[in-house]
Amino acid sequence: MQRVKNMNRLPMVCAPPLNVEADGNLRINAPLLTEWLIEFLRDEIQRRRGFTKAVVGLSGGVDSALVTFLLARAFGAENVYAIRMPYRASSQDSLDHAQMVVDATGVNVETIEITDAVDGYLQFAPDADGRRRGNVMARQRMIILFDQSQRLGTIPVGTGNKTERLFGYFTWHADDSPPINPLGDLYKTQVWDLARYIGVPEIIVDKPASADLVVGQTDESDFGITYHKADRILFYLLRGHNAERLIEMGFPEHDVRLVKRKVDSTHWKRHLPTVAMLSSTSINDYYLRPVDY
Amino acid sequence: MKVHTAIAQIKPRKGDYAHNLERLGDIFAQLEEDAPETNVLALPETVLSGYFLEGGVREAARTKEELFADLLTTYQARVKRPDAALDITLGFYELWEGKYYNSAIYATLSAPNAAIPSGIHHVHRKFFLPTYGVFDEKRFVSRGRAINAFPTRFGIVSVLICEDVWHSITATIAALKGAQIIYVLSASPGREFTGQHLGNVAQWNVLLPGIASEHNVWVVYAGLIGFEGGKGFTGTSQIVDPWGNAIVMGSATSECLVRGSLNLDDVAVARSASPLLADLESALGDITMQLEQVARKPHV
Repeated sequence: MQRVKNMNRLPMVCAPPLNVEADGNLRINAPLLTEWLIEFLRDEIQRRRGFTKAVVGLSGGVDSALVTFLLARAFGAENVYAIRMPYRASSQDSLDHAQMVVDATGVNVETIEITDAVDGYLQFAPDADGRRRGNVMARQRMIILFDQSQRLGTIPVGTGNKTERLFGYFTWHADDSPPINPLGDLYKTQVWDLARYIGVPEIIVDKPASADLVVGQTDESDFGITYHKADRILFYLLRGHNAERLIEMGFPEHDVRLVKRKVDSTHWKRHLPTVAMLSSTSINDYYLRPVDY
Repeated sequence: MKVHTAIAQIKPRKGDYAHNLERLGDIFAQLEEDAPETNVLALPETVLSGYFLEGGVREAARTKEELFADLLTTYQARVKRPDAALDITLGFYELWEGKYYNSAIYATLSAPNAAIPSGIHHVHRKFFLPTYGVFDEKRFVSRGRAINAFPTRFGIVSVLICEDVWHSITATIAALKGAQIIYVLSASPGREFTGQHLGNVAQWNVLLPGIASEHNVWVVYAGLIGFEGGKGFTGTSQIVDPWGNAIVMGSATSECLVRGSLNLDDVAVARSASPLLADLESALGDITMQLEQVARKPHV
Protein backbone atom coordinates (compact mmCIF):
# COMPACT_ATOMS: atom_id res chain seq x y z
CA MET A 1 0.00 0.00 0.00
CA GLN A 2 1.27 3.44 -0.90
CA ARG A 3 1.80 5.69 2.11
CA VAL A 4 -0.08 8.99 2.16
CA LYS A 5 2.28 11.92 1.92
CA ASN A 6 2.14 15.07 4.02
CA MET A 7 -0.03 13.43 6.67
CA ASN A 8 0.41 14.41 10.30
CA ARG A 9 1.30 11.00 11.80
CA LEU A 10 1.11 10.19 15.48
CA PRO A 11 3.90 8.23 17.07
CA MET A 12 2.69 4.73 17.91
CA VAL A 13 3.21 3.02 21.25
CA CYS A 14 2.67 -0.73 20.86
CA ALA A 15 2.42 -3.54 23.39
CA PRO A 16 5.33 -5.95 22.87
CA PRO A 17 4.48 -9.41 21.55
CA LEU A 18 4.52 -12.24 24.06
CA ASN A 19 7.96 -13.77 24.41
CA VAL A 20 7.49 -17.42 25.35
CA GLU A 21 11.09 -17.56 26.54
CA ALA A 22 10.62 -14.67 28.97
CA ASP A 23 10.60 -15.60 32.64
CA GLY A 24 8.84 -12.54 34.07
CA ASN A 25 5.81 -14.51 35.23
CA LEU A 26 7.97 -16.94 37.17
CA ARG A 27 10.32 -14.43 38.71
CA ILE A 28 10.28 -14.49 42.50
CA ASN A 29 10.95 -11.92 45.17
CA ALA A 30 13.50 -14.16 46.89
CA PRO A 31 13.99 -12.21 50.15
CA LEU A 32 10.23 -11.92 50.70
CA LEU A 33 9.66 -15.58 49.82
CA THR A 34 12.49 -16.74 52.10
CA GLU A 35 11.02 -14.87 55.04
CA TRP A 36 7.57 -16.29 54.27
CA LEU A 37 8.75 -19.90 54.06
CA ILE A 38 10.74 -19.61 57.29
CA GLU A 39 7.60 -18.36 59.03
CA PHE A 40 5.62 -21.21 57.44
CA LEU A 41 8.08 -23.79 58.80
CA ARG A 42 8.13 -22.26 62.27
CA ASP A 43 4.37 -22.07 62.33
CA GLU A 44 3.75 -25.63 61.16
CA ILE A 45 6.49 -27.37 63.15
CA GLN A 46 6.91 -25.27 66.27
CA ARG A 47 3.74 -23.31 66.96
CA ARG A 48 1.15 -25.76 65.70
CA ARG A 49 2.79 -29.04 66.68
CA GLY A 50 5.18 -27.96 69.43
CA PHE A 51 8.28 -29.59 67.92
CA THR A 52 11.66 -27.93 68.13
CA LYS A 53 13.57 -30.13 65.66
CA ALA A 54 13.17 -31.02 62.02
CA VAL A 55 14.18 -33.98 59.88
CA VAL A 56 14.85 -33.87 56.15
CA GLY A 57 16.11 -36.44 53.66
CA LEU A 58 19.18 -34.88 52.04
CA SER A 59 19.81 -36.33 48.60
CA GLY A 60 22.44 -33.97 47.25
CA GLY A 61 19.91 -32.41 44.88
CA VAL A 62 18.76 -28.81 44.87
CA ASP A 63 15.29 -29.35 46.40
CA SER A 64 16.44 -31.00 49.61
CA ALA A 65 19.45 -28.67 49.76
CA LEU A 66 17.15 -25.65 49.68
CA VAL A 67 14.85 -27.11 52.34
CA THR A 68 17.87 -27.83 54.57
CA PHE A 69 19.00 -24.21 54.24
CA LEU A 70 15.49 -22.98 55.09
CA LEU A 71 15.22 -25.29 58.10
CA ALA A 72 18.62 -24.19 59.40
CA ARG A 73 17.47 -20.56 59.16
CA ALA A 74 14.13 -21.36 60.82
CA PHE A 75 15.28 -23.50 63.74
CA GLY A 76 19.06 -23.17 64.00
CA ALA A 77 21.42 -25.76 62.47
CA GLU A 78 21.72 -27.66 65.75
CA ASN A 79 18.02 -28.56 65.57
CA VAL A 80 18.03 -29.85 61.99
CA TYR A 81 18.78 -33.47 61.17
CA ALA A 82 19.68 -34.28 57.59
CA ILE A 83 19.50 -37.96 56.73
CA ARG A 84 21.46 -39.25 53.73
CA MET A 85 20.04 -42.54 52.46
CA PRO A 86 22.16 -43.82 49.60
CA TYR A 87 21.58 -47.04 47.69
CA ARG A 88 24.60 -48.86 46.33
CA ALA A 89 23.89 -47.45 42.85
CA SER A 90 23.59 -43.85 44.07
CA SER A 91 26.22 -41.54 42.65
CA GLN A 92 29.16 -40.42 44.74
CA ASP A 93 28.39 -36.88 43.59
CA SER A 94 25.07 -37.02 45.43
CA LEU A 95 26.78 -37.93 48.69
CA ASP A 96 29.47 -35.30 48.16
CA HIS A 97 26.95 -32.58 47.37
CA ALA A 98 24.89 -33.50 50.41
CA GLN A 99 28.05 -33.09 52.47
CA MET A 100 28.58 -29.64 50.96
CA VAL A 101 25.14 -28.64 52.23
CA VAL A 102 25.93 -30.02 55.67
CA ASP A 103 29.24 -28.13 55.72
CA ALA A 104 27.60 -24.90 54.56
CA THR A 105 24.70 -25.00 57.03
CA GLY A 106 26.21 -26.87 60.00
CA VAL A 107 23.16 -29.13 60.40
CA ASN A 108 23.42 -32.59 61.97
CA VAL A 109 23.88 -35.39 59.47
CA GLU A 110 23.48 -39.12 59.52
CA THR A 111 24.00 -41.58 56.70
CA ILE A 112 21.78 -44.65 56.64
CA GLU A 113 22.34 -47.03 53.73
CA ILE A 114 19.17 -48.45 52.23
CA THR A 115 20.92 -51.12 50.16
CA ASP A 116 20.38 -54.06 52.52
CA ALA A 117 16.74 -53.21 53.16
CA VAL A 118 15.95 -52.64 49.47
CA ASP A 119 17.86 -55.69 48.22
CA GLY A 120 16.39 -57.76 51.05
CA TYR A 121 12.97 -57.25 49.50
CA LEU A 122 14.05 -57.25 45.86
CA GLN A 123 15.51 -60.75 46.16
CA PHE A 124 11.87 -61.82 46.25
CA ALA A 125 11.08 -59.69 43.20
CA PRO A 126 13.84 -60.54 40.73
CA ASP A 127 11.72 -59.41 37.78
CA ALA A 128 11.32 -55.85 39.14
CA ASP A 129 12.07 -53.29 36.46
CA GLY A 130 13.67 -49.90 37.06
CA ARG A 131 10.42 -48.19 37.95
CA ARG A 132 9.50 -50.78 40.58
CA ARG A 133 13.00 -50.71 42.01
CA GLY A 134 12.89 -46.93 42.19
CA ASN A 135 9.54 -47.02 43.99
CA VAL A 136 10.90 -49.53 46.52
CA MET A 137 13.86 -47.23 47.21
CA ALA A 138 11.67 -44.15 47.59
CA ARG A 139 9.32 -45.97 49.97
CA GLN A 140 12.22 -47.37 51.97
CA ARG A 141 13.60 -43.87 52.39
CA MET A 142 10.25 -42.72 53.76
CA ILE A 143 10.17 -45.60 56.26
CA ILE A 144 13.53 -44.36 57.53
CA LEU A 145 12.59 -40.68 57.55
CA PHE A 146 9.41 -41.26 59.53
CA ASP A 147 11.19 -43.61 61.93
CA GLN A 148 14.03 -41.16 62.49
CA SER A 149 11.46 -38.42 63.04
CA GLN A 150 9.78 -40.58 65.66
CA ARG A 151 13.15 -41.10 67.33
CA LEU A 152 13.83 -37.37 67.42
CA GLY A 153 10.31 -36.41 68.40
CA THR A 154 9.38 -34.46 65.29
CA ILE A 155 8.14 -34.83 61.72
CA PRO A 156 9.88 -35.12 58.36
CA VAL A 157 9.78 -32.16 55.99
CA GLY A 158 9.01 -32.76 52.31
CA THR A 159 11.00 -31.41 49.39
CA GLY A 160 8.88 -32.03 46.29
CA ASN A 161 8.46 -29.06 43.94
CA LYS A 162 5.41 -27.97 41.96
CA THR A 163 6.70 -29.11 38.57
CA GLU A 164 7.33 -32.67 39.66
CA ARG A 165 4.04 -32.72 41.55
CA LEU A 166 2.21 -31.62 38.41
CA PHE A 167 4.04 -34.19 36.30
CA GLY A 168 3.36 -36.94 38.83
CA TYR A 169 7.12 -37.45 38.91
CA PHE A 170 7.29 -38.97 42.37
CA THR A 171 6.44 -42.21 44.13
CA TRP A 172 2.92 -42.04 45.51
CA HIS A 173 2.83 -42.02 49.32
CA ALA A 174 6.62 -41.89 49.41
CA ASP A 175 8.29 -38.63 48.33
CA ASP A 176 4.98 -36.84 48.82
CA SER A 177 4.21 -38.24 52.28
CA PRO A 178 5.89 -35.80 54.72
CA PRO A 179 3.12 -33.80 56.38
CA ILE A 180 4.53 -30.41 55.47
CA ASN A 181 6.33 -29.17 52.39
CA PRO A 182 7.66 -25.64 51.84
CA LEU A 183 8.44 -26.10 48.11
CA GLY A 184 5.28 -27.72 46.78
CA ASP A 185 3.94 -24.51 45.21
CA LEU A 186 7.24 -23.50 43.58
CA TYR A 187 8.11 -24.48 40.03
CA LYS A 188 11.54 -26.05 39.62
CA THR A 189 12.98 -22.95 37.97
CA GLN A 190 11.76 -20.93 40.96
CA VAL A 191 13.44 -23.44 43.28
CA TRP A 192 16.69 -22.80 41.41
CA ASP A 193 16.31 -19.05 41.83
CA LEU A 194 15.54 -19.29 45.55
CA ALA A 195 18.38 -21.77 46.08
CA ARG A 196 20.86 -19.36 44.47
CA TYR A 197 19.60 -16.52 46.66
CA ILE A 198 19.82 -18.46 49.90
CA GLY A 199 23.33 -19.72 49.20
CA VAL A 200 23.01 -23.34 48.03
CA PRO A 201 26.38 -24.15 46.38
CA GLU A 202 26.30 -23.37 42.66
CA ILE A 203 27.43 -26.86 41.69
CA ILE A 204 24.22 -28.24 43.21
CA VAL A 205 21.96 -25.66 41.60
CA ASP A 206 23.57 -25.94 38.19
CA LYS A 207 23.80 -29.72 37.84
CA PRO A 208 21.10 -31.57 35.88
CA ALA A 209 18.30 -32.58 38.24
CA SER A 210 18.12 -36.31 38.82
CA ALA A 211 16.11 -38.74 40.93
CA ASP A 212 19.37 -40.75 41.07
CA LEU A 213 17.54 -44.06 40.99
CA VAL A 214 19.33 -45.27 37.84
CA VAL A 215 22.89 -44.39 36.81
CA GLY A 216 22.93 -41.44 34.41
CA GLN A 217 19.25 -40.66 34.86
CA THR A 218 18.11 -37.02 34.63
CA ASP A 219 14.64 -35.56 35.18
CA GLU A 220 14.63 -33.72 31.88
CA SER A 221 15.52 -36.81 29.85
CA ASP A 222 12.72 -38.66 31.65
CA PHE A 223 10.28 -35.83 30.86
CA GLY A 224 11.28 -35.20 27.26
CA ILE A 225 11.29 -31.44 27.92
CA THR A 226 13.43 -29.04 29.94
CA TYR A 227 12.21 -27.54 33.18
CA HIS A 228 12.72 -24.10 31.65
CA LYS A 229 10.21 -24.82 28.88
CA ALA A 230 7.85 -26.93 30.97
CA ASP A 231 7.46 -24.34 33.74
CA ARG A 232 6.45 -21.60 31.31
CA ILE A 233 3.82 -23.83 29.76
CA LEU A 234 2.59 -24.95 33.18
CA PHE A 235 2.25 -21.33 34.27
CA TYR A 236 -0.22 -20.55 31.48
CA LEU A 237 -2.06 -23.91 31.67
CA LEU A 238 -2.70 -23.54 35.40
CA ARG A 239 -3.82 -19.96 34.91
CA GLY A 240 -6.63 -21.36 32.82
CA HIS A 241 -5.55 -21.00 29.18
CA ASN A 242 -6.24 -23.99 26.96
CA ALA A 243 -3.66 -25.76 24.83
CA GLU A 244 -4.76 -24.05 21.61
CA ARG A 245 -4.23 -20.62 23.17
CA LEU A 246 -0.71 -21.59 24.24
CA ILE A 247 0.14 -22.80 20.75
CA GLU A 248 -1.23 -19.51 19.39
CA MET A 249 1.05 -17.69 21.83
CA GLY A 250 4.04 -19.38 20.24
CA PHE A 251 4.73 -22.42 22.39
CA PRO A 252 5.62 -25.50 20.29
CA GLU A 253 2.59 -27.76 19.93
CA HIS A 254 4.58 -30.87 20.81
CA ASP A 255 5.73 -29.32 24.09
CA VAL A 256 2.26 -28.09 25.02
CA ARG A 257 0.65 -31.48 24.35
CA LEU A 258 3.38 -33.29 26.27
CA VAL A 259 3.06 -31.09 29.34
CA LYS A 260 -0.74 -31.18 29.31
CA ARG A 261 -0.77 -34.97 28.96
CA LYS A 262 1.51 -35.36 31.97
CA VAL A 263 -0.65 -33.13 34.13
CA ASP A 264 -3.96 -34.64 32.95
CA SER A 265 -2.83 -38.22 33.56
CA THR A 266 -1.65 -37.70 37.12
CA HIS A 267 -4.43 -35.87 38.96
CA TRP A 268 -5.00 -38.99 41.07
CA LYS A 269 -1.47 -38.81 42.46
CA ARG A 270 -2.22 -35.45 44.02
CA HIS A 271 -5.16 -36.77 46.03
CA LEU A 272 -5.80 -39.08 48.94
CA PRO A 273 -7.10 -42.57 48.08
CA THR A 274 -10.58 -42.74 46.58
CA VAL A 275 -13.08 -43.87 49.20
CA ALA A 276 -16.50 -45.28 48.34
CA MET A 277 -19.00 -42.70 49.56
CA LEU A 278 -21.82 -44.48 51.40
CA SER A 279 -23.37 -41.91 53.72
CA SER A 280 -24.19 -38.25 54.04
CA THR A 281 -21.42 -37.92 56.62
CA SER A 282 -18.66 -39.21 54.31
CA ILE A 283 -15.29 -37.87 55.47
CA ASN A 284 -13.96 -35.05 53.27
CA ASP A 285 -17.14 -35.08 51.19
CA TYR A 286 -19.71 -34.06 53.81
CA TYR A 287 -17.78 -34.10 57.07
CA LEU A 288 -15.34 -31.29 56.36
CA ARG A 289 -12.69 -30.07 58.77
CA PRO A 290 -9.43 -28.37 57.77
CA VAL A 291 -6.10 -30.07 58.37
CA ASP A 292 -5.18 -27.81 61.27
CA TYR A 293 -8.56 -27.80 63.02
CA MET B 1 -12.56 15.08 67.04
CA LYS B 2 -9.60 12.74 67.42
CA VAL B 3 -10.19 9.00 67.51
CA HIS B 4 -7.28 7.14 69.07
CA THR B 5 -7.37 3.85 67.28
CA ALA B 6 -5.58 0.55 67.84
CA ILE B 7 -5.59 -2.49 65.57
CA ALA B 8 -4.63 -5.84 67.10
CA GLN B 9 -3.12 -7.94 64.36
CA ILE B 10 -3.00 -11.40 65.93
CA LYS B 11 -2.94 -15.07 65.04
CA PRO B 12 -5.84 -16.91 66.67
CA ARG B 13 -5.58 -20.49 67.87
CA LYS B 14 -7.66 -22.56 65.46
CA GLY B 15 -11.16 -23.26 66.67
CA ASP B 16 -10.32 -22.33 70.28
CA TYR B 17 -12.77 -19.56 71.18
CA ALA B 18 -11.91 -19.57 74.90
CA HIS B 19 -8.17 -19.24 74.31
CA ASN B 20 -8.64 -16.48 71.76
CA LEU B 21 -10.93 -14.59 74.11
CA GLU B 22 -8.27 -14.84 76.80
CA ARG B 23 -5.75 -13.48 74.32
CA LEU B 24 -8.06 -10.57 73.69
CA GLY B 25 -8.07 -9.99 77.47
CA ASP B 26 -4.28 -9.62 77.31
CA ILE B 27 -4.72 -6.96 74.63
CA PHE B 28 -7.24 -5.09 76.78
CA ALA B 29 -4.72 -5.19 79.64
CA GLN B 30 -1.87 -4.01 77.44
CA LEU B 31 -3.88 -1.09 76.11
CA GLU B 32 -4.92 -0.23 79.66
CA GLU B 33 -1.24 0.01 80.64
CA ASP B 34 0.42 1.27 77.46
CA ALA B 35 -2.27 3.27 75.70
CA PRO B 36 -5.26 4.00 77.98
CA GLU B 37 -6.32 6.84 75.67
CA THR B 38 -7.37 4.28 73.03
CA ASN B 39 -10.94 4.91 71.89
CA VAL B 40 -11.47 2.14 69.36
CA LEU B 41 -9.88 -1.29 69.05
CA ALA B 42 -10.26 -3.14 65.74
CA LEU B 43 -9.43 -6.81 65.20
CA PRO B 44 -9.50 -8.90 62.03
CA GLU B 45 -12.11 -11.14 60.43
CA THR B 46 -12.85 -14.39 62.34
CA VAL B 47 -10.26 -13.47 64.96
CA LEU B 48 -11.85 -15.59 67.70
CA SER B 49 -11.70 -18.86 65.76
CA GLY B 50 -9.42 -18.66 62.75
CA TYR B 51 -10.76 -18.31 59.20
CA PHE B 52 -10.63 -21.70 57.45
CA LEU B 53 -13.01 -23.78 59.57
CA GLU B 54 -15.12 -25.54 56.93
CA GLY B 55 -17.81 -27.48 58.86
CA GLY B 56 -16.23 -26.29 62.10
CA VAL B 57 -18.13 -23.02 61.67
CA ARG B 58 -21.09 -24.55 63.49
CA GLU B 59 -18.86 -25.31 66.50
CA ALA B 60 -17.20 -21.88 66.58
CA ALA B 61 -20.25 -19.72 65.93
CA ARG B 62 -21.77 -17.60 68.69
CA THR B 63 -24.81 -15.36 68.84
CA LYS B 64 -24.06 -11.66 69.06
CA GLU B 65 -25.48 -11.64 72.60
CA GLU B 66 -23.18 -14.47 73.71
CA LEU B 67 -20.19 -12.79 72.11
CA PHE B 68 -20.96 -9.40 73.62
CA ALA B 69 -21.40 -10.93 77.10
CA ASP B 70 -18.03 -12.70 76.78
CA LEU B 71 -16.30 -9.55 75.50
CA LEU B 72 -17.72 -7.48 78.32
CA THR B 73 -16.77 -10.01 81.01
CA THR B 74 -13.26 -10.25 79.62
CA TYR B 75 -12.90 -6.48 79.36
CA GLN B 76 -14.16 -5.79 82.87
CA ALA B 77 -11.81 -8.43 84.28
CA ARG B 78 -8.77 -6.80 82.70
CA VAL B 79 -9.25 -3.04 83.06
CA LYS B 80 -8.59 -1.16 86.29
CA ARG B 81 -9.80 2.38 85.68
CA PRO B 82 -13.36 2.80 87.03
CA ASP B 83 -14.31 5.00 84.08
CA ALA B 84 -12.69 2.78 81.42
CA ALA B 85 -14.56 2.40 78.14
CA LEU B 86 -13.54 1.09 74.76
CA ASP B 87 -15.30 0.71 71.44
CA ILE B 88 -14.41 -2.55 69.72
CA THR B 89 -15.02 -4.08 66.33
CA LEU B 90 -14.01 -7.63 65.48
CA GLY B 91 -14.92 -10.47 63.16
CA PHE B 92 -16.58 -13.70 64.32
CA TYR B 93 -18.63 -16.60 63.03
CA GLU B 94 -22.20 -15.81 64.04
CA LEU B 95 -25.33 -17.84 64.61
CA TRP B 96 -28.28 -15.56 63.84
CA GLU B 97 -31.92 -16.52 63.39
CA GLY B 98 -31.08 -20.11 62.55
CA LYS B 99 -28.28 -19.44 60.08
CA TYR B 100 -24.52 -19.02 60.22
CA TYR B 101 -22.77 -15.85 59.05
CA ASN B 102 -19.29 -14.42 58.74
CA SER B 103 -19.96 -11.29 60.80
CA ALA B 104 -18.41 -8.27 62.45
CA ILE B 105 -19.64 -6.73 65.69
CA TYR B 106 -19.23 -3.10 66.74
CA ALA B 107 -19.81 -2.56 70.46
CA THR B 108 -18.91 -0.38 73.42
CA LEU B 109 -17.35 -2.07 76.44
CA SER B 110 -17.13 -0.20 79.70
CA ALA B 111 -16.14 -0.74 83.31
CA PRO B 112 -19.05 -1.62 85.64
CA ASN B 113 -19.37 1.88 87.09
CA ALA B 114 -18.38 3.88 84.02
CA ALA B 115 -20.65 6.67 82.84
CA ILE B 116 -20.50 5.41 79.27
CA PRO B 117 -22.95 2.53 78.81
CA SER B 118 -21.92 -0.79 77.29
CA GLY B 119 -23.84 -2.11 74.35
CA ILE B 120 -23.93 -3.53 70.83
CA HIS B 121 -24.22 -0.85 68.16
CA HIS B 122 -24.21 -2.95 65.01
CA VAL B 123 -23.51 -6.32 63.44
CA HIS B 124 -22.43 -6.41 59.80
CA ARG B 125 -22.87 -9.71 58.02
CA LYS B 126 -20.43 -10.27 55.15
CA PHE B 127 -22.14 -9.21 51.94
CA PHE B 128 -19.83 -10.80 49.38
CA LEU B 129 -18.77 -14.35 50.28
CA PRO B 130 -15.72 -15.48 48.29
CA THR B 131 -16.29 -18.97 46.92
CA TYR B 132 -13.53 -19.62 44.43
CA GLY B 133 -10.01 -21.02 44.54
CA VAL B 134 -8.95 -21.38 48.14
CA PHE B 135 -12.19 -19.82 49.42
CA ASP B 136 -15.39 -21.75 50.11
CA GLU B 137 -17.53 -19.44 52.22
CA LYS B 138 -20.92 -19.89 50.55
CA ARG B 139 -20.76 -23.55 51.45
CA PHE B 140 -20.61 -22.85 55.16
CA VAL B 141 -22.21 -19.46 55.86
CA SER B 142 -25.10 -17.37 54.57
CA ARG B 143 -24.72 -14.02 52.87
CA GLY B 144 -25.51 -10.80 54.65
CA ARG B 145 -27.97 -8.54 52.83
CA ALA B 146 -27.28 -5.05 54.14
CA ILE B 147 -24.57 -2.41 54.20
CA ASN B 148 -25.10 0.20 56.86
CA ALA B 149 -23.53 3.20 58.49
CA PHE B 150 -24.34 3.80 62.14
CA PRO B 151 -23.59 6.46 64.75
CA THR B 152 -21.00 5.80 67.44
CA ARG B 153 -19.25 7.90 70.07
CA PHE B 154 -16.57 8.40 67.45
CA GLY B 155 -18.40 9.40 64.32
CA ILE B 156 -20.67 7.66 61.87
CA VAL B 157 -18.95 4.47 60.80
CA SER B 158 -19.37 1.36 58.68
CA VAL B 159 -17.84 -2.08 59.07
CA LEU B 160 -17.15 -4.18 56.00
CA ILE B 161 -15.44 -7.57 55.71
CA CYS B 162 -12.68 -8.51 53.28
CA GLU B 163 -14.19 -9.24 49.82
CA ASP B 164 -16.91 -6.72 50.58
CA VAL B 165 -14.47 -3.98 49.66
CA TRP B 166 -13.07 -5.72 46.58
CA HIS B 167 -16.34 -4.46 45.08
CA SER B 168 -16.13 -0.70 45.04
CA ILE B 169 -19.89 -0.36 45.36
CA THR B 170 -20.00 -1.45 49.02
CA ALA B 171 -17.73 1.34 50.22
CA THR B 172 -19.69 3.70 48.00
CA ILE B 173 -22.94 2.72 49.73
CA ALA B 174 -21.28 3.08 53.14
CA ALA B 175 -20.03 6.57 52.28
CA LEU B 176 -23.41 7.59 50.86
CA LYS B 177 -25.02 6.45 54.10
CA GLY B 178 -22.75 8.82 55.97
CA ALA B 179 -19.72 6.79 57.06
CA GLN B 180 -16.72 8.89 58.03
CA ILE B 181 -14.68 5.87 59.06
CA ILE B 182 -14.89 2.54 57.27
CA TYR B 183 -13.50 -0.38 59.26
CA VAL B 184 -12.38 -3.22 57.02
CA LEU B 185 -11.78 -6.52 58.80
CA SER B 186 -9.97 -9.09 56.75
CA ALA B 187 -8.39 -12.55 56.56
CA SER B 188 -6.36 -12.39 53.37
CA PRO B 189 -4.17 -15.39 52.49
CA GLY B 190 -0.82 -14.42 50.93
CA ARG B 191 -0.17 -15.44 47.34
CA GLU B 192 2.07 -14.45 44.43
CA PHE B 193 5.66 -13.61 45.28
CA THR B 194 6.71 -12.06 42.01
CA GLY B 195 6.55 -8.37 42.87
CA GLN B 196 7.86 -5.96 45.45
CA HIS B 197 5.01 -6.91 47.78
CA LEU B 198 2.93 -10.05 48.08
CA GLY B 199 0.31 -10.06 45.32
CA ASN B 200 -2.69 -9.71 47.60
CA VAL B 201 -0.98 -7.05 49.73
CA ALA B 202 -0.26 -5.05 46.59
CA GLN B 203 -3.95 -5.27 45.72
CA TRP B 204 -5.01 -4.09 49.20
CA ASN B 205 -2.57 -1.23 48.86
CA VAL B 206 -4.52 -0.15 45.78
CA LEU B 207 -8.01 -0.82 47.15
CA LEU B 208 -7.79 0.86 50.55
CA PRO B 209 -6.30 4.19 49.42
CA GLY B 210 -8.76 4.08 46.51
CA ILE B 211 -11.74 3.89 48.87
CA ALA B 212 -10.32 6.54 51.19
CA SER B 213 -9.48 9.03 48.48
CA GLU B 214 -12.63 8.54 46.38
CA HIS B 215 -15.01 9.14 49.28
CA ASN B 216 -12.67 11.09 51.57
CA VAL B 217 -13.17 8.76 54.51
CA TRP B 218 -10.79 7.26 57.01
CA VAL B 219 -10.17 3.55 56.41
CA VAL B 220 -9.06 1.32 59.26
CA TYR B 221 -7.93 -2.08 58.01
CA ALA B 222 -7.38 -5.02 60.40
CA GLY B 223 -5.67 -8.02 58.78
CA LEU B 224 -5.38 -11.51 60.25
CA ILE B 225 -1.86 -12.92 60.60
CA GLY B 226 -0.26 -16.36 60.85
CA PHE B 227 -0.64 -19.64 58.96
CA GLU B 228 -3.62 -21.96 58.75
CA GLY B 229 -2.79 -25.25 57.07
CA GLY B 230 -0.09 -23.75 54.86
CA LYS B 231 -2.08 -20.64 54.00
CA GLY B 232 -0.50 -17.58 55.56
CA PHE B 233 -2.48 -14.41 56.25
CA THR B 234 -0.78 -11.18 55.44
CA GLY B 235 -1.56 -8.75 58.24
CA THR B 236 -0.48 -5.29 57.01
CA SER B 237 -3.12 -3.70 59.22
CA GLN B 238 -3.22 -0.02 58.44
CA ILE B 239 -4.92 3.33 58.82
CA VAL B 240 -5.51 5.32 55.65
CA ASP B 241 -6.35 9.01 55.79
CA PRO B 242 -9.10 10.69 53.70
CA TRP B 243 -6.56 11.63 51.02
CA GLY B 244 -5.52 8.00 50.52
CA ASN B 245 -2.26 7.96 52.45
CA ALA B 246 -1.50 5.08 54.81
CA ILE B 247 -0.34 6.80 58.01
CA VAL B 248 0.72 3.55 59.67
CA MET B 249 1.01 -0.10 58.60
CA GLY B 250 1.80 -3.34 60.42
CA SER B 251 4.01 -6.22 59.34
CA ALA B 252 2.96 -8.87 56.79
CA THR B 253 4.37 -11.71 58.86
CA SER B 254 4.18 -10.99 62.59
CA GLU B 255 1.73 -10.05 65.30
CA CYS B 256 1.57 -6.42 66.42
CA LEU B 257 -0.56 -3.59 67.71
CA VAL B 258 -0.93 -0.85 65.11
CA ARG B 259 -1.91 2.55 66.48
CA GLY B 260 -2.82 5.93 65.09
CA SER B 261 -5.04 8.94 65.73
CA LEU B 262 -7.79 9.78 63.27
CA ASN B 263 -8.93 13.36 63.11
CA LEU B 264 -12.52 13.28 61.92
CA ASP B 265 -12.29 16.96 60.91
CA ASP B 266 -10.06 15.80 58.05
CA VAL B 267 -13.05 14.23 56.33
CA ALA B 268 -14.65 17.62 55.69
CA VAL B 269 -11.31 19.23 54.81
CA ALA B 270 -10.61 16.58 52.19
CA ARG B 271 -14.13 16.74 50.79
CA SER B 272 -13.99 20.51 50.43
CA ALA B 273 -11.10 20.15 47.98
CA SER B 274 -12.45 17.07 46.22
CA PRO B 275 -16.28 16.96 46.35
CA LEU B 276 -16.61 13.58 44.62
CA LEU B 277 -19.11 12.25 47.16
CA ALA B 278 -21.32 15.33 46.68
CA ASP B 279 -21.12 14.83 42.90
CA LEU B 280 -22.17 11.24 43.39
CA GLU B 281 -25.11 12.23 45.60
CA SER B 282 -26.35 14.70 42.99
CA ALA B 283 -26.29 12.02 40.29
CA LEU B 284 -27.77 9.28 42.44
CA GLY B 285 -31.17 9.28 40.76
CA ASP B 286 -29.67 8.63 37.34
CA ILE B 287 -27.28 6.06 38.71
CA THR B 288 -30.14 4.22 40.40
CA MET B 289 -32.07 4.15 37.11
CA GLN B 290 -29.03 2.73 35.34
CA LEU B 291 -28.58 0.04 37.97
CA GLU B 292 -32.27 -0.87 37.88
CA GLN B 293 -32.05 -1.30 34.11
CA VAL B 294 -29.16 -3.69 34.54
CA ALA B 295 -30.82 -5.56 37.41
CA ARG B 296 -34.06 -6.01 35.45
CA LYS B 297 -32.42 -7.13 32.22
CA PRO B 298 -33.59 -10.69 31.54
CA HIS B 299 -30.80 -13.24 31.77
CA VAL B 300 -31.42 -14.99 28.46
